[in-house]
Order: sequence, then C-alpha cells, then structure tokens
Amino acid sequence: MEKSVFFGTLAATALVSGLAAAGTLDDVKARGELICGSNTGLTGFGAPDANGNWSGFDVDLCRAVAAAVLGDANKVKFVPTTGETRFTALQSGEVDLLVRNSTWTASRDSELALDFVAVNYYDGQGFMVKKDLGVSSAKELDGATVCIQTGTTTELNLADFFKENNISYQPVNVADDSEAQRQYIAGACDAFTTDASGLAATRATLPDAENHIILPEIISKEPLGPVVRHGDNNWGDVVRWTYYALVIAEEKGITQANIEEVLASTNDEEVKRLLGASGDMAAKFGLDNAAFKNAIAAVGNYGEIFARNIGEGTSINLARGLNALWTQGGLQYAPPFR
Amino acid sequence: MAQGFTRTEMLPAMPPPVSESGTLKWLRENLFSGWLNSTLTAAATLFIAFVAWNSFPWFWHSVWNAGSLNECRQIVTASAGEGATGACWAFLRPWWGAFIFGHQYPVDERWRPVLAFGLLFAALAPVLFAGQKRNLTIILAVVAAFLVLTLYLASAPSLAFALAILGVLALLALAQVQPGKLLWFTLAFPALCFWLLWGGSIWTPIVAVAGFGVLYLVFRLASPVIGLAPAAGAGFVAAVLWWMFVDAPVADALQSAIPIQLLWIASDKFGGFLLSIVIGVTGITFSLPLGILLALGRQSDMPIVKMLCVIFIETIRGVPLITLLFVAAFVLGFFLPPQANFDLLLRVLILVTFFAAAYLAEVLRGALAALPRGQYEAADALGLDYWRAQRLVILPQALKISIPGIVSTFIGLFKDTTLVVIVALYEPLKGITHLVRQDINWKGIYWEPYIFVGAIFFIFCFSMSRYSKYLEDKLKTDHR
Amino acid sequence: MAMAAEAPKDSFRLSMLIFDTRYRSYTIQAVVLGLFVLAIIWLGYNVDRNLDARGKELSFAFLWQRAGYDIPQTLIPYTNDNVHFRALLVGLTNTLAVAICGCILATILGVFIGVLRLSKNWLVSRLMTVYVEVFRNVPLLLWVLLSYVILTETMPQPRDFRVTDEMLAAGEAPAASMTLFDTVAITNRGTNVPAPLLERGLGTIDLGFMSVNLTFLAIVLVIAGSVLAHRFIRAQATAIQEATGVRPVTWWKSLLVLFAPIIALLAALGLHWEVPELKGFNFQGGILVAHAFTALLLALSLYTAAFIAEIVRGGIQAINRGQSEAAFALGLRPSRTMSLVILPQALRVIIPPLISQFLNLTKNTSLGVAISYSDLSGTLGGITRNQTGREIECVFLMMAIYLSISLTISMVMNWYNRSVQLKAR
Repeated sequence: MEKSVFFGTLAATALVSGLAAAGTLDDVKARGELICGSNTGLTGFGAPDANGNWSGFDVDLCRAVAAAVLGDANKVKFVPTTGETRFTALQSGEVDLLVRNSTWTASRDSELALDFVAVNYYDGQGFMVKKDLGVSSAKELDGATVCIQTGTTTELNLADFFKENNISYQPVNVADDSEAQRQYIAGACDAFTTDASGLAATRATLPDAENHIILPEIISKEPLGPVVRHGDNNWGDVVRWTYYALVIAEEKGITQANIEEVLASTNDEEVKRLLGASGDMAAKFGLDNAAFKNAIAAVGNYGEIFARNIGEGTSINLARGLNALWTQGGLQYAPPFR
Repeated sequence: MAQGFTRTEMLPAMPPPVSESGTLKWLRENLFSGWLNSTLTAAATLFIAFVAWNSFPWFWHSVWNAGSLNECRQIVTASAGEGATGACWAFLRPWWGAFIFGHQYPVDERWRPVLAFGLLFAALAPVLFAGQKRNLTIILAVVAAFLVLTLYLASAPSLAFALAILGVLALLALAQVQPGKLLWFTLAFPALCFWLLWGGSIWTPIVAVAGFGVLYLVFRLASPVIGLAPAAGAGFVAAVLWWMFVDAPVADALQSAIPIQLLWIASDKFGGFLLSIVIGVTGITFSLPLGILLALGRQSDMPIVKMLCVIFIETIRGVPLITLLFVAAFVLGFFLPPQANFDLLLRVLILVTFFAAAYLAEVLRGALAALPRGQYEAADALGLDYWRAQRLVILPQALKISIPGIVSTFIGLFKDTTLVVIVALYEPLKGITHLVRQDINWKGIYWEPYIFVGAIFFIFCFSMSRYSKYLEDKLKTDHR
Repeated sequence: MAMAAEAPKDSFRLSMLIFDTRYRSYTIQAVVLGLFVLAIIWLGYNVDRNLDARGKELSFAFLWQRAGYDIPQTLIPYTNDNVHFRALLVGLTNTLAVAICGCILATILGVFIGVLRLSKNWLVSRLMTVYVEVFRNVPLLLWVLLSYVILTETMPQPRDFRVTDEMLAAGEAPAASMTLFDTVAITNRGTNVPAPLLERGLGTIDLGFMSVNLTFLAIVLVIAGSVLAHRFIRAQATAIQEATGVRPVTWWKSLLVLFAPIIALLAALGLHWEVPELKGFNFQGGILVAHAFTALLLALSLYTAAFIAEIVRGGIQAINRGQSEAAFALGLRPSRTMSLVILPQALRVIIPPLISQFLNLTKNTSLGVAISYSDLSGTLGGITRNQTGREIECVFLMMAIYLSISLTISMVMNWYNRSVQLKAR
C-alpha cells in the first residue's frame, strides 16, 4: 500500500517535468512553465524572501525569457542550485536554463557540454580587505589567509594569481557567500575574494563599509551569463535574443513604462521588428511575434533591470562600469536585430 | 536473683540524628560521601555556575519583537545597558512559516501539511495500540483537539476544516465499535497524505492504490489455478501493467467526470521541518517492506538471493549518507532513461529509502535471530509453507520486538535528513538559516536560528527516544 | 512407504520447477538472477545513452590531470601543480586523520562519561545524563556547524597577539597571548602548534619505486624494539612470579627500556621545536591545524562519546552484581575489582556496539563538507568532481573508498573482538 505514493509521485513528476529530450522550447511551451536554475540565495542577483518570492538581476532575466516564451513573466519556477550542483542540474534536464552568476570558460563549453549564450554581467575577481590591515595591493598579501568559495572558478584563479606572483597564501574554503562574509567579518581571513560585484554587494551591506576596501587588482575575467545545454541551438537562440532584446531596448530608449507609446509612435524599423510590429522575426524563433515586447514589458530593459536590482541607490550599489552600453563606454553590445 | 530493671512501657521513638535524615542525609550520601565525590560535586557545581553565568543574561535579555537585527541590538542596549548581550528571536516572526513549511510552500495551503501531520498520528495509533480501545480513544481525541487548534491557526478553508474534524470524529466512533477496522485507515493514509501534501487530482492516488487492488484480485483468482508463487508474479505483472497503461487515462477520465482537486504543489516548494518530516517518514515507511524482504533474503537458504541481499545491505551501510545523496543529486539521472526526469526530492527519497532499508534489515535480522528456534520449528511442524510461516508466525513476533529498533532507526534518519542541504534542498538547520542570514534585515545572526532548530529537533527526537525506551522496557517484561 | 521412496524416481517434469519444493528454490534463484542481470543491463544501457547525449565517456584519466586548486590542510606534500589523484590522497589522509583522532577521543570521553553516569554522585550522574541526551538527540550537523562558529567567532585574531611599541611603552599586554608556555597559538583561523624539527636527519634512501625516510624508519624501529624489550621484561617477571610467588619490581626497568632509547636517539638527531611566531598576517612556523579539522573532530567526538557512554554504561550494568560482590569478598579493592573483574567482562558486551560506533564516526567525517573541510568528499567528491565534471567516476570512486575503509575497520575490529571473546569450552 505504501508504494502507492511512490508510483503516484512517479506519475505526477513524469507529468509535470515532461520530456526533456525533445527541443527545450517545445518542452517549456507544453509544460506552460519555465524552470530556471538560480542561486540558493545571493542578495541582488537571485534570492527568495520569506514568502518564496524571488527577485534579483539574474531572476529578472529568467522572467524575461518566461515572458517571451509563455507570455507571462510569472510562469517560471526557480530551482535553487549550489555552486556544486548547478551544472549537473542543467545537464540532467532538471532545469531549462541556468542563470546563476556562472562564468563562461572554455572547459565548461567543452568538457561540461554547456553553451553560454550571452554575457549579462562582465565581472572580474577581486579582493576585499579591512582598511586597517594596511594593504593597498593584492601583491602585498604574501602569507595572508584568504576566504574562498568552493566549486567556482575563483579558487583556480586564486591559485594561479599567487603562483604567478610567487607569493604564498593560506586558503580557507567556505561553502557559500554568507559563510564567507561571516568569516571575513570575524577576521578568520585577512582577505575575501570573489567576483567584484559580489565584493561590492558584501561591502555595501556591512555596517561599517568605510572600514573595508576593495583592492585595485582584478585578477581574472569573469563573464557571467545564462547557460543552456549543448546541442539545443534553437533554445539557445531564444535565450540569447531575449537577452539582446533587453539590451537593444535600452539602446533605443524603450522602457517598461513607455513601450506602448514607442510602439505607436516609432519610425525606427529595428524597433518595430523587435516589438513585433513589422516582419515575423520572433516567429522565426518559434515564438509569438510579440514575444520580445512581452519580455521588455514584463521586466523592463537591461538598464532598468540593472538599476532596480543592483544599481546605484540599491543596497548593492554597483556602478555600471563595464556593463554600460557600448555607446557609453561599456561592453554591452547587441548584434543588430534584423 | 535480683530482679533487674524492666521497662514496662515503650519509650517514644526519637527522631533520627539530624545528619542521618532529611536533606542533610541525602546530601551527604549523594554528594559528599568521600573526598572524590565532594571534588566531583564541587567541579560540577562550578561548571553549572559557569554556564549559567555566561548564558543566562543572554537569554534573559531576549528580544521577541523587532524588524531587524540592528533594531534588536538597539533594544538590548536600551534596556540592559551598553555592552549587554541578548538573544534576538524576532527573526522568527517573518521566518517562522519558512522554518516549518519552507519559504516556498504557498501560505494559503499551509493547513494541508498540518492536517497530514495530525492524521499521521491517527494512522500510527492502530499500529502502536492494536485493539486497545482506551489508548486509541485517547490518541484520536488528542488528534482531534490538535487539529481543531492548528487548522484554525493555519486558517484552513471551512469546508476542509469541517471534513477533517468530521473524519477524525468518525474514526473516534469507529474506535469505540470496531477498533480493528481502524487499520484500514492506516493503509489508506499514505495515499491521503500524498494527496494532501502535493495536491492535484484526488483520483491520481486513488487509481494508483487501485493497482494494489488489481494485484490482490489477480492473486486471489489465479492462486487456486496456478499456485501461490506464480499467482503472486502474475498479480505483480498485472499491477505494473495497470500503472503503466491504465492508470493515467482512468485518472484523467475520472477527474474530468468528477473534478475534485487541490492546488498542485511541486516538491521543490517543500522546505523546513515539513521537508525533514516528509523525508524521514516516507523513508521509513517505504523502507519497511523493502527491509523485511532484505532481512528475509539474508536469512534465506538460497545462496544467490542471500548474496545479493548481503551485498546490497553491506554496501549501503558501508558508505556515508552524504555519498548516497551525491548519487541522488549527480549520478542517479544517468541510470534512468533519458526522457525520465525525476525531481530532486524524489531522487533523494529513493536513496534515503535504500539507506533506511539497509539499516532496518539489520534491525529485523536481529529480531529474527532473537526469536526462539522453536517458533520456526513449530511453524514447520504445522505444515505451513514459507510465506505462511513468515506471515502468521515469524514476522508478527519479529516486528513486535523490533519496534524499538525501528524507532531508533527513525530517530537517526530524522536527524540525518538535515544532510540534504548538501544537495541544495531547504532543510531547516542549514538551508533555511542560510536564507535568514541572507535576508538583508538579519545579516549577521548566527546563534539564534541554530538554537531554535536544535531545540525543535531535540523535542522530537527526545520524545521519540523516550517512547522507544518505554516500549523496550515493556517488551522486556513480556519475555521474562 | 514404498510409494514415498519411489517418488524421486519420477521422471523430471517442467512443472516440478514450480510445484516441487526441492526444485522451486532453483527456479526462484534463476528468476532473481535473471531479473538482476536484466536490471544491470538496463542501467548500463541508460548510462551509455545518457553519456552519449552529453558527449562524455567514462574514463578515469582525469585523475592524472593537473588539479589546479589549493587545499587548506595537507598531511602529505601537495601543491596546485599536483594531479587530481594526489588531491584524492590528501583528502583520504585528512579523512583518516579525523577518523582516527575522533575514535580515540570519543572512546576516552565516552568511557569517562559512561562511568560517571553510574556514579553515586547525584549531581554528576544527572549532569552526564543531560549531556548524553542533549548530544544524542540533536543532529550531528548542528554540532559541527556550532563548533565551527564558536571556534571562528570566539578566538582572537592573530593581530590581537601583536605587541606594538606603544604598548611596550605603556606597559600594556596584548589582547591575546599564546598558551602552554607561549608555544601554542589559538587564533580564529586555526591552532598553531610547535613542529618537531631535527637538526641532522638521516636522509632518505631511494628504492626505485618509492623513497624511504630513514629518520622515520629509525624512530619506528627504536620504538618497536623498546616495546619488545618491555614485553620481555614483563614476561620474565611473570615467570619469576609463577616460580617463586614473588613478583620482582620491574617498573623502573620498564620505564628505562621504554623511554631511554628513543630520547637518546632524538637527542642524537638534534630534536628541537619550531615554535610558531607572529610574522606578517599570520603565525608562521610550526604546524597549522585548521579550525575545520578541530571543529569536526570536536563535534564528532562529543557526539559519538554520548553514544559510547551509553554502551559503556550498558556493558557495566550487564555484569552480574554477584561478580563485584565476589570480588569484594576475595578482598579486592574497588579499583582492582573494576580492572580485573568488571571491565574484562564488560568489554565483551561493549566491543561489538563500539565497532559500529567507530564505523559511524568514520562515515560521519563526511559531514566535514558542511564546513568545507578538505576530506575525501570535499576534494574528490567536491572540488575535483566539480572542476572536471566527472560525476559518475568521482562519486563511485568515493563510495568505493569509503566502503573499503568501513570493511577494513570492521575486519580489524571483529578480529580484535574474537580475541577478547570467551573461548568456547
């Protein structure tokens, strides 16, 4: 009799999660829900609150994809993954899409059989230290104790950096971001290393932020972006162009608030194509022709997402820096929508 | 002969010397009976004083109502002076629900796990107190009272409230008339529990359970014709066919004809103590039949069956649970057909069931070995075949004496459910506390969530271990 | 009767495989084996298809690629240039280190607490009961996390040890100081203990396939020789006692034989201690014991000690009261009663459950993952798996290693158990 629950669950999960082998886009449409791999909790990028409502920079990209594919930004389920479980979750088809501060590297493309479809945040690894340590450069950290999160590219970068500069360090492995912060604040490590955005976010939430400095060295390139399974090109295109749609929207000044106005008044052919008013560009991806319009209407353009979640004035307080549009000296550049 | 002095009346009894009575005597005998003893007493007293001195102010200055950790600390400073420390329990206000049900479980549906939890005891009672009308009545009455209170607090919809209470009252009535029949509720409970927790159409669990009916029916019809063992095999095949082909269409048809359903809640929305209890209880329930088969297999005369059982049991018992969770999270997917996509909780449940089954098999093996040989011989002498002998003679006795062992296995498993945090499930101890610490208002809070979760685990496990000890003592007297 | 005797001569019919109890077990076994093989084939087929779909294949070659990551605590030499296999060995030694230290510490604590629980002292026995119940009924993970937080939060930072010129001028003491005659520094990063150093090592000798450290070999040989000599002295004393009834006084001989040679050897090699010293950011020199290790060790020993205490208590209580009364009647002192009469008998009851506690402790070392201790599941099952993406290989290799550790422990302990059990007469 006990087995009934087992088989019931079996039947039910098979029903809900559907078939992963066919095209992911069809799966998502058939399921009526996008399953998005997210962080277990990183303030600003992706974290649930006490009632399970997710918010953050990465979370909004998932919502944009859901809006584009399903027409509803709320038809998305967030599956929390750790640094160590994230790629397995994607490979095994447990999630359709992974947007979780993941760095694009060659080995992840080749060995892990993943596809990074875009870079939604250009980051780099840095160090944060307490001001009274009297250190002004990472090269002065000889013999220091460094807190580092396991399961990431940062531990490899760190080893390489210290080796290149011929100095030694004592690593303290930590499992997650909040544990790293705790140890750093308690002084269990001299320096805390992670992506510069994470450092800034941590620093911003410290009660005595002025007593901590982020060292000038950025020791690695960390292009963070959404990841899909290797080999499902159509799905990769959908995610990639949803993201670019958000970037183009910022470039063209389309915001969540003025999108209908722009659509009514614009003479720009690219904007019309993007919003589905002319041509059938979105339909060629297998989407509704108003897909990208829905995405922008649901979460706003790239700049809005940035400002809302991690921009200046939020508790994370990050400057646009490298992530400004190419027209403003940054790296965010979308190919033409044509 | 000189007549000696003889007292003719009794003297009134003197009170014993002060040092030989009352508190003083007790103190002297129990605390200061020698220099070693006195030293120990002094050391223990010092230790208790030290702990109390250091932790009491912290507990005494507890703050229960604040919006953030900083506010909490300000309140402590304001009320107890500069430099005073105080516990801050105010995080429980926003996070209480997340600790119990998980932060993603829909708030409006929280009455469902509460109801399932209450009914769990109603389902356990007939097993633990088979036929004891008085105990059954007490348990069911307590369950009814518990449900009235908690369902009200969880603001259950009035229809569900009424149905639940009526149901328990019906069970209560049944307990008065035919306590033996309550076992049927126990058998139906897993399906009911599944429906309450996950929701969806009510027909899914009912049609799935009907598969067992098919199994039984085929077995009964076929056994006179082709014998017991082939009939069992045929029944099993029929049931599997039912689940594979008939189950889904029938359930869908029934659902469209008579739609009764609850909101579907996917298992990744489970968290907190709900998750721990679901993993613990499902693990132990499913592992019971598996564990019995393994234990019997290990005792079997058939070398191949025995070898397979021994390999399974020893492999599972020889590796840490964490590696099995790794298997669930990273490897199990490789062993299933590419299109099958089990969710993480289901995969964890499968591995936890294997884990618990291996340990239960050892508990049962001990119980089987503890039965007097005469029982086996008597069963053989009566001409019972293997399965009848097991079912009618051996297993009822073995299961009875292994209940304390099963309860301890359950306690161990329940504590071990905290490890699922390693595969990113939100169990209360590290998963939910991690979220609390990630909350911008409660950054920097460490001790309080740990102490809170630890205390709840202690209450659960301590009461279960007391119960298991009580059973053990009771069973001991039975055998002497 | 004749009928019954003839029955087996019946020619074999196929239906007998099902209905005849003599043959049925063969049928069942064949069916079980067939199902088992089918299941294995099915699983293998699935693995093959899944690996194909992801463009991977099973291979352990990654074990010989450069690891590239650093490990906080290594008992054998390791740098990030070593291969993943070396990282695996580091993890394995870290696991074994915690397991061995934990078993020893938990046994000592457990016996101590178990005996105190039976103490006639009301306060002490209650205190021990509280200890046992609290530790047994709360998840081990909590104790691991708590001890780690306590160590990293309450211990001073290295900079608190620093004595600045202003402090010297003002005659102030630093906020923290080293313990044990200024040799051990406990900071919130770890415990720095002095390291034994030799001025003149004996060097190593290369045997082709491995190099042997001669110093280490010499020390082991001297200790072994001392122990053998000690046993010889005791055997001789026993022989004299049996012959004359008087046991000669041998303790000074034993002490001399046990300690003099090793002290002489170490003095000859120029043993001295390298005491940790605050230099730059951290204490340098000596040996750094990471807090992840200490916390895991503490939590495991405290937790397991609670279970061992119960086993010890049960074992002692299982001994018939008559045994201790008989011993008292023979005029044995309480301590001798314990060591000569009660404990040897209690041991027989205690050892089998003690074995399973040792096994549990060893398996529980994997909880170090929660505080990022670099044990087997942290290196092989954690970072290596994650960096190489070889889930199947890493997880199964890890399981196989844990399984062989468990089997070895239970083999050794069962062998010991047999040696203390009553010999059947």
